[in-house]
Amino acid sequence: MDPKAFFTTSQVLIVAGKGGVGKTTVTAVLAKAAAASGLTVRVVAIDEESPLGGLLGLPKPLGPKVVKVTPQITAQLVTPMQALDDYLRDHGMRGVTSQLSRLGILDVVASAAPGIDDILVLAKIKQLDKQQVADLMIVDAPAAGHAIPFLRAPRALREIISVGPINTQAVEAGEMLADSTRCQVILVALAEETPVNEAIETAFALEEDIGVKLGPIVVNALYPAVTDLVAPPRARTAVATAARFRLARLQAQAEHRDRLAVGLPLPQLVLPFVFDASLTSETTDTLAKVLLEAIRAL
Amino acid sequence: MVSEAVANLADVIDGRSIIVCAGPGGVGKTTTAAAMALAAASRGRRAVVITIDPARRLADALGLTAGLTNQPQQVKGIGPGELWALMLDPKQTFDDVVGRYANDPEQLDRILNNSFYKNVSGALSGTQEYMAAEKLYELHHDDRFDLVIIDTPPTRHALDVIDAPRRLTRFLDHRLYRAIVTPARMGLRVVNFAAQAVLKTIAKIVGGAAIADVVSFFQAFDGMEAGFGERATLVLALLTSPETAYVIVTAPRQDRLDEAAWLSAQLAERKIKPAALVVNRAHPDFGISAIEARAEASDGDPAWTNLAQLAEVAESEERLITPLIAAVAPAPVVRVPLLVRDVHDLSGLGDVAAHLVGR
Repeated sequence: MDPKAFFTTSQVLIVAGKGGVGKTTVTAVLAKAAAASGLTVRVVAIDEESPLGGLLGLPKPLGPKVVKVTPQITAQLVTPMQALDDYLRDHGMRGVTSQLSRLGILDVVASAAPGIDDILVLAKIKQLDKQQVADLMIVDAPAAGHAIPFLRAPRALREIISVGPINTQAVEAGEMLADSTRCQVILVALAEETPVNEAIETAFALEEDIGVKLGPIVVNALYPAVTDLVAPPRARTAVATAARFRLARLQAQAEHRDRLAVGLPLPQLVLPFVFDASLTSETTDTLAKVLLEAIRAL
Repeated sequence: MVSEAVANLADVIDGRSIIVCAGPGGVGKTTTAAAMALAAASRGRRAVVITIDPARRLADALGLTAGLTNQPQQVKGIGPGELWALMLDPKQTFDDVVGRYANDPEQLDRILNNSFYKNVSGALSGTQEYMAAEKLYELHHDDRFDLVIIDTPPTRHALDVIDAPRRLTRFLDHRLYRAIVTPARMGLRVVNFAAQAVLKTIAKIVGGAAIADVVSFFQAFDGMEAGFGERATLVLALLTSPETAYVIVTAPRQDRLDEAAWLSAQLAERKIKPAALVVNRAHPDFGISAIEARAEASDGDPAWTNLAQLAEVAESEERLITPLIAAVAPAPVVRVPLLVRDVHDLSGLGDVAAHLVGR
């Protein structure tokens, strides 16, 4: 598939996956690959401690101010507080946020209507999408098990709050998620036991409950095969032990990948394991090239 | 061979009565917590592990085919000590806590049926962590166990286990709460004026129905906050006492290490020193350096090429963990190598335990 066609299937890509699978790395890789296909990209981080800034090659973590990463890539942080602040300001209630926050009232509100912080963030993303800030927006979804509640928030909140501005926001955010020309979810998984199980569960929850379209699944950190590598069964030398280790890991990964393919009928985009534990902007540059090849091969 | 660091984690497992396992997501924290509990049991302790991870894998590995529940279940075939496991159900635990402090069955009913309470017990940030601390306290005072090990949520929320009891007390002590409850105490059914202004603002955002629930929740809670407050103080004292050990678990990748470093700084802020650092899923050291292996691989030999790649990653991992080791010093460091297969059963868990404390 032509990468440009791939990246223009929908306007927003939401990258989701359990902690430790490399979701944020994949977000940066997707952004660079999309830019390399000639598109302008807005990268959105939701987690304040997100390492996305560094992975994109910025000296500082992302903040609420939009920064230019390259001529084609811009990036920003969207937090519930800042989204609420923007929203209230646009609706003639400037300065109310800090007052609410100082009194600790936001905690009470968030409990009265759980998911409201997610709606604030989704509403902000929806607004950025409407403003067409770039050809493509890539969102690094919340970490760990929060991706499903995050994307389910519009539906859940519509049931609790049936009228008013929050209801409108929830309805509109829900419409964006359900419209495959506007939004797709890219799941990231590792070829390991638990990550594969979780990816399958998450995929079904997302499609059935939320109606969001799933793009290809990114299978991250697969060991590349070594041509002609054989494992002598008993030799105790370092090379032999290392060969057995590599081949056993390769076999386990292949099994898990097959299990993922059976459990989840989605095309797989494979990214290789990087033999350097430090993740830098150069790492994501290299991986972006690999990803483009994988997309062409789809 | 058992290195000194390994002997030290064994000391922690032998000597403390609570171990809090904290670290980033996806580094094998749950497995590490369970392996520590298994190690403790095989060293003669009566250990219970609390997990918050709903994955079935741990229950399967422990042979608890019916799955983990909110009450401890004993794992069979362990000795000379005992191994118990449970999965925290925050909602059930919160209900139990409310039941303990409610003045009468009618008050309990009013609270359990309040829709704001249902949201609070399921979704208020810190509730899960507070309930974890609550469960920890309860099991610590349960005569069946002499060691409680808890697996915490991923990093950002790990220390909420310490902070949540205080935060919930503060929540109940909230000005808004006072404002709502005071008139009720005086027998007036109206909310006072200042509170009304605030409530109106909130109602503009979330709608009136949600607010009505909040008001009736706080009114139903009236008279219970003292009990909650005292308990929170006791839980906090226990979590910051020398009986409690904090073990940081991480993996040797840059982002996981950054999160672990953040966690260690957060602990330091609370005047807590980690008792040990576990580096999970590190590539094994095959005893030959990357430079040597690369030289041997120069003719394209596949076996040496493979060894060179693996040695390279092991060395880069070792370089990356050095600053964290310095930051947590003098805490001992234990490396658990990347295993070829995931832990499926007690014997797999036993392998991890052996790496943690030696055979």
